[in-house]
Amino acid sequence: MVESIQIQVNGESRSWRAGATVGELLRELDITSERVAVELNLEILDRKEFDRRGIKDGDRLEILSFIGGGSLNRKVTPAMGDVIRSGR
Amino acid sequence: MNTNDRLTIAGREFKSRLWVGTGKYKNFIETQKAIEASGADVVTVAVRRVNITDRSKENLLDYLDPKKYIILPNTAGCYTVEDAVRYARLARAAGVSDLVKLEVLGDEKTLFPDTAGLIEAAKILIKEGFIVLPYTNDDPIVAKKLVDIGCPAVMPLAAPIGSGLGIRNPYNLKIIMEQVKVPIIVDAGVGTASDAALAMEYGADAVLMNTAIAGAQDPIAMAEAMKYAVHAGRLAYKAGRIPRKLYATASSPIEGML
Repeated sequence: MVESIQIQVNGESRSWRAGATVGELLRELDITSERVAVELNLEILDRKEFDRRGIKDGDRLEILSFIGGGSLNRKVTPAMGDVIRSGR
Repeated sequence: MNTNDRLTIAGREFKSRLWVGTGKYKNFIETQKAIEASGADVVTVAVRRVNITDRSKENLLDYLDPKKYIILPNTAGCYTVEDAVRYARLARAAGVSDLVKLEVLGDEKTLFPDTAGLIEAAKILIKEGFIVLPYTNDDPIVAKKLVDIGCPAVMPLAAPIGSGLGIRNPYNLKIIMEQVKVPIIVDAGVGTASDAALAMEYGADAVLMNTAIAGAQDPIAMAEAMKYAVHAGRLAYKAGRIPRKLYATASSPIEGML
């Protein structure tokens, strides 16, 4: 049985298996890594690091991508993404 | 248009003087068609959390050929220097270039730029190698400061974002165009085609808009109207308009009359 850890991905708690990398997480979430930015505990990761960086218990990940936007998207439709509130 | 009349910013050449945002459209097909009709080669995008719970949702970038368009990420929705810098870094990590349209907003009601925060954030990002295109107020002094710290273009507003009021302070914009020796992209506040044409006639190097197109009853037709307006305004600016006079000047000769 694989040990599991608790992590936060885009503000949601998730159980994940211990020892997984960021790259594995993205693949398992069906996210194309070429188009996203990943912030691990507020550190922005270089894409080349995705397969090298392991995820630990308590880690907070933010996975972001480009969505439609002009000068402001105060009312982002659910289909296009979730609005991030500034600050934490 | 004369192919030599190309806009160049930080060594990059742009085909179109109309830049468009990609927000507020009904769906991605409409977004794609409107952008196509506008002839724009620069499209702005925002950076937001990926929807991880429903991966069936399509992505905007599936509809925008990266070979055809220059993707210009913005820091829309950021009200602090820290947030704007963070989003700019995330945009660079998600994308392929150092270009960023920098927004540091002052308040939610007006969405006017916080120009002190803007200058501060721009300094940080320029030091990190970003090509910062700042969304700023129609304030000539702030525009000059932004250029002094290394912004290769400035993007003063015509009117509040999404207001459709048109150019509220043409004289300030003219002063900016005279005083600032980098390209000026009039950003935000355009309501209809004549606003865009006027901005170009004043001497703007480009116009960026989103709501005027996306919010129109027929966004695709409005996108096309904007293409012609920007083109016409540019041609008129280059051609040089006649001076305004209070009284008539006859166009037909008097000689030969009975």
